[in-house]
Amino acid sequence: MTSTALAHLLTVVSALLPEDKGATFWMPPKVSTVAHGVDWLFNFILAISVFFFLLIVVLMVYFIFRYRHREGHAAERSPTHNLGLEITWTVIPLILVIVIFVFGFKGFLDMSTPPANAYEILVEGQKWNWSFTYPNGYVDSNLHVPVNRPIRLVMSSQDVIHSLYVPAFRIKMDVVPGRYSKAWFEATEPGEYDLFCAEYCGTSHSDMIAHVVVHPVGEFERWLEKASDFLETMTPVDAGRKLFQVRGCQQCHSVDGSAKTGPSLLGVFGHEQALADGSTVVADENYIRESILEPQARVVAGYDPVMPTYQGRLNDREIMAIIEYLKSLGGTSSGE
Amino acid sequence: MAVDTLTVDGAVGVDHADPGNYLTTGRGVLSWLFTLDHKRIGLMYLVAITASFFLGGIFALLVRTELLTPGQTIMTADAYNQMFTLHGAVMIFLFIIPGIPAALGNFVLPLMLGAKDVALPRLNLASFWFWMFGAVFALVSIIVGAVDTGWTFYTPYSTTTSTAVISMTTGVFILGFSSIFTGLNFIVTIHKMRPEGMTWFKMPLFLWGLYSTAIIQVLATPVLAITLLLLIAERALGVGIFDPSLGGDPVLYQHFFWFYSHPAVYIMILPAMGIISELVSVFSGKHIFGYRFIAWSSIAIALLSFLVWGHHMFTSGQSSITNMIFSALTFSVAIPSAVKVFNWLATMYKGSIRLAAPMLYVLSFLFLFAIGGLTGLFLGALSTDVHLHDTYFVVAHFHYVMFGGTVIAFLGGIHYWWPKMFGRMYSERWAQVSALLIFVGFNLTFFTQFVMGSHGMPRRYYNYLEQFTTLHQASTVGSYVLGLGFLIMAGYLGHSLFRGRHAPSNPWGSATLEWETTSPPPTHNFDREFSADDPYNLDSLRFDPAIEGWVRKEPRSILLAEGGSH
Amino acid sequence: MAAQHHEECHDPHVAHHFESADQQFQSAKLGMWLFLATEILFFGGLFVAYSVYRSNHPEIFVFGHQFLDKNLGAFNTVVLIWSSFTIAWAVRAAQLKQIKLLKWLLVATMACAFVFLGVKYVEYSSKWKHGLLWAAKFQPHLEATVGDGHGEGDASHEAGGPQPEAEVPAAEASGTAEAPADPDRPTIPLAPDGPPGLAAEAEVAGAGHGAPMATPDMAKIFFSIYFLMTGLHGIHVLGGIAAMAWLLRCAARGDFDTGHFTRVDMVALYWHVVDLVWIYLFLLLYLIH
Ligand code: HEA
Ligand code: HEA
Ligand code: CUA
Ligand SMILES: [Cu+2]
Repeated sequence: MTSTALAHLLTVVSALLPEDKGATFWMPPKVSTVAHGVDWLFNFILAISVFFFLLIVVLMVYFIFRYRHREGHAAERSPTHNLGLEITWTVIPLILVIVIFVFGFKGFLDMSTPPANAYEILVEGQKWNWSFTYPNGYVDSNLHVPVNRPIRLVMSSQDVIHSLYVPAFRIKMDVVPGRYSKAWFEATEPGEYDLFCAEYCGTSHSDMIAHVVVHPVGEFERWLEKASDFLETMTPVDAGRKLFQVRGCQQCHSVDGSAKTGPSLLGVFGHEQALADGSTVVADENYIRESILEPQARVVAGYDPVMPTYQGRLNDREIMAIIEYLKSLGGTSSGE
Repeated sequence: MAVDTLTVDGAVGVDHADPGNYLTTGRGVLSWLFTLDHKRIGLMYLVAITASFFLGGIFALLVRTELLTPGQTIMTADAYNQMFTLHGAVMIFLFIIPGIPAALGNFVLPLMLGAKDVALPRLNLASFWFWMFGAVFALVSIIVGAVDTGWTFYTPYSTTTSTAVISMTTGVFILGFSSIFTGLNFIVTIHKMRPEGMTWFKMPLFLWGLYSTAIIQVLATPVLAITLLLLIAERALGVGIFDPSLGGDPVLYQHFFWFYSHPAVYIMILPAMGIISELVSVFSGKHIFGYRFIAWSSIAIALLSFLVWGHHMFTSGQSSITNMIFSALTFSVAIPSAVKVFNWLATMYKGSIRLAAPMLYVLSFLFLFAIGGLTGLFLGALSTDVHLHDTYFVVAHFHYVMFGGTVIAFLGGIHYWWPKMFGRMYSERWAQVSALLIFVGFNLTFFTQFVMGSHGMPRRYYNYLEQFTTLHQASTVGSYVLGLGFLIMAGYLGHSLFRGRHAPSNPWGSATLEWETTSPPPTHNFDREFSADDPYNLDSLRFDPAIEGWVRKEPRSILLAEGGSH
Repeated sequence: MAAQHHEECHDPHVAHHFESADQQFQSAKLGMWLFLATEILFFGGLFVAYSVYRSNHPEIFVFGHQFLDKNLGAFNTVVLIWSSFTIAWAVRAAQLKQIKLLKWLLVATMACAFVFLGVKYVEYSSKWKHGLLWAAKFQPHLEATVGDGHGEGDASHEAGGPQPEAEVPAAEASGTAEAPADPDRPTIPLAPDGPPGLAAEAEVAGAGHGAPMATPDMAKIFFSIYFLMTGLHGIHVLGGIAAMAWLLRCAARGDFDTGHFTRVDMVALYWHVVDLVWIYLFLLLYLIH
């Protein structure tokens, strides 16, 4: 609640800023240190392209009218080649692309070498949500960062390749299973920005979207503190709901009775569950707990054993909170 | 070979009701399915890939329709993912790669050489049959669980998804052989069967295009084959080469895939450039400008194309040095293309330009390919590609080059050789209408995608943020206009087959050999063997109103015709 | 010249679209070379995969190759080289229209091919028996080197499972290992002179304390590569056999009586490449150091 309210406030403010943070016809707002370089190169190439494009089209159209086939007009004899000319239009483009290449490479080096003092955040991609782990161990599904401070992301994937993409920062980096990939940025404007998954990863690839919330100076620490001890500040049910949303549960479990990758958890608690092996079990605290820590142990009938374990990713208090939340979903309708 | 020359009247095959042309001699389905005649094989290919194009196009229209609104419009997310995968796979593997070489190339190449057939006719037929089998496997996958991996089949997604990846990749594997056979055949034919007087630098530039394409087909496709084989083994047996969960390396797959698939994009464009070189000269009524530069640039592109595959992987985490090298090499490919474009323009200079249907396509090619190619520069530059990679900017780029380049040139070629293939002319009026609709519709469909792409709209997105809605809807409307253009084309071309005016041997005033025989040609192509000379010496022709076609001013010197005499 | 050309046009061996037998032969030859180029590139992909893993994880090759029987490998190499010779001779025979000799040489070559496959079968089946298979099926059994199979179950698990810290070369680590001989296990020699990896593993397991030396992480990838490469090559050998059978039929039909030996030449070229590929496989998979 705190975080989102703050974020909203910020977006309202940011909307009032002049020329929308450097957004142009071609480019989204540019709010990172590298963005300016990227946009400069983009415009440089754009200028070259427009020039050559117009050159070609104008000449083409002119020729069509000037030399169109008509009575009494015949093709004039003209040289069938001209070495000088042809070398010219080989060399000029050559020089231009070399320039483009150099700037492109320089810009890339800036993007790929983070400053030493960068603040490190662990990123985990998983079908189909992001989780960001802060130095104090707190995990959130959105990326919160302080403004004007280099941030280093250390990223890994649970399953397939994902790609972290923040258009406003002009950064993109694949998140590959079996290895750590790294990216860094320094946000220059407070506000809330979109974070996409840019590498195709299946059904909900296009919903694997999060927000980057850039906090004004000083705000970030306060936010992190508040957010981290939500277990104290919130009721167990609210805390459970937050965890349920933030830690990826809701990607596969609905709470409205509709089946997704996993069974809906609406009114499951305290009810009989038919299991894949034919037996049944009452979904009590123990069963829920087991399903979170050893998902494959007793799978509900009709679903694949695909849930990743949360062993070591949720502590007992968090699991209790989730169980409380599931209880709160009541026993009215049933999710079998 | 024999060289005693004599002279005859240059105007050949004025007689339209030529009893024995390749279409009429030999009736019945089997006489087609098992023919060794390159013209018939070319025609069967033409039908097959046109069908594929329409199929892929219908998938495309479904994709576009789904994107009319964010969230669900007409299909589920899974259906959408299968839809763009099928669209991409069908368009690439079934349509555009065989496209120009197998259909137009097969028909035209031996004719341009004044030969009776390609060097290895059986291999040619095999190529067609492999295509058919490959197509069956690829399309069966739709029934047994349409693939949802994207046309790139990236691991580990492709090894874990529950859809029929094996069926599809097997299909592509087989299609690869058909492509190799075609390329191999063309290389041999061009090396061994050039006629008297046709030195390498007297070859029509379309043949240079096909030749450089064939080099890529022969050298790159086997790598795709082994890649797909490994992918299949990965899925079927779990060999772990690409599978991180078994200690393998998924990025290695990307290297393998692009080692083929980048050169493949030049398999698509080189023959297209060849067609443009022919057309721009003929319809400017002028000798091609800078023949040697154009010829060499084709070879240059073919060879350089093997060195740039890494530019598809700038964000995959490969080292900065690797990225640097690939970026630099990528730009080197841009230069030969630039050379061609300027030489084509120079050819129009001081010409006598006829805006017949084929020329209309040449003009839109120059317009669209320039945009497609120039946007390649944004992608080749490292820092900008990081932002643009896997966004609609890339989607727009490759449609501008593949559709705006290859497909447009392909249509130009069809309109150019149509009279030779079927002996009929089509309605210029309607041709202009559909050419215009296609041009406008295309730009509306894809220019919008550059804008949303650079604003950060990722590709392969079923759902999208509100802010992109208008652009997406404009794009969708464009695609319908585009479709309409094709409907009209189907209409007037179909009409010309039956009602079209009979075509003379040489309706456009071209100096290449295929126009020396009747339209349509007899099964053995030529009654005489020619000695070729400069294929762009258009001054040697004059228009003959009597036959509404062109004839040679002073007859071509021909060789004693033992070849055709039995 | 024109005359000679003329008669060649009626030569039944020259297809209608060629001007001369020579042009036809040249075309076929060029076509074949191009095809062989594609074959090389086809295998090339696997050789690249090989070198990538060889350079990133040398240890798994040092470890894995010990389970391949050099003697059988060498034997097969000799067989193939000999077969290359016989088929080259066959081409000569066809050229000289010595049809009878030609037939015998083709038979000889096919025989070699079958011997090769036979030996490969022996190698594969013992790999199979010991569970030394590609990644997903990699499940080494300890009775491979240990007579009695006590407590091998869990130990074999260890062997399969990844153990990052395991530092092979295995060779040194376990000269000590002494597992009893086991006659009917041809491909995995006795512990002292043979691959100690599993032997040591087994001993430890039997003794029941943690394994100091074990299968290097990803050893399974070596066997994936081994089966992929040799398997694909095996398929090509089968192809060669089919091609030679076809030649025999042509010879029987008397196609070669006129000295048109193009087909024989083509198949021979193909066979040489298959042979060449094997030599590389032998060097790269069996003889590592
Ligand atoms: C016909 C097919 C075709 C052609 C010809 C090209 C041509 C080029 N392509 Fe394209 N490309 C594709 C098909 C093609 N491409 C496809 C299918 C993809 C995406 C695959 C996927 O991910 O699904 C792709 C993706 C792609 C990428 C990866 C983008 C990404 O995923 O991040 C890159 C990056 O470098 C690139 C670059 C280029 C370049 C530099 C050229 C150059 O060859 C262009 C050269 C032409 C010109 C430069 C224009 C003409 C010249 C002038 C007008 C004169 C002035 C010129 C200068 C000043 C230089 N292409
Ligand atoms: C030769 C290659 C080729 C061609 C010609 C096309 C043609 C078209 N493509 Fe594309 N496309 C690809 C190759 C090609 N495509 C590839 C490789 C991808 C990447 C896939 C992936 O990400 O894996 C792709 C992806 C792709 C996307 C991105 C999907 C996504 O990332 O989510 C889109 C979206 O707009 C699109 C649209 C179109 C459209 C509208 C056309 C139009 O030009 C189609 C025009 C044709 C017709 C319209 C059909 C003919 C007419 C009829 C059938 C008559 C009936 C029509 C009416 C009644 C209107 N294509
Ligand atoms: Cu995760 Cu796309
Ligand atoms: Cu490319």
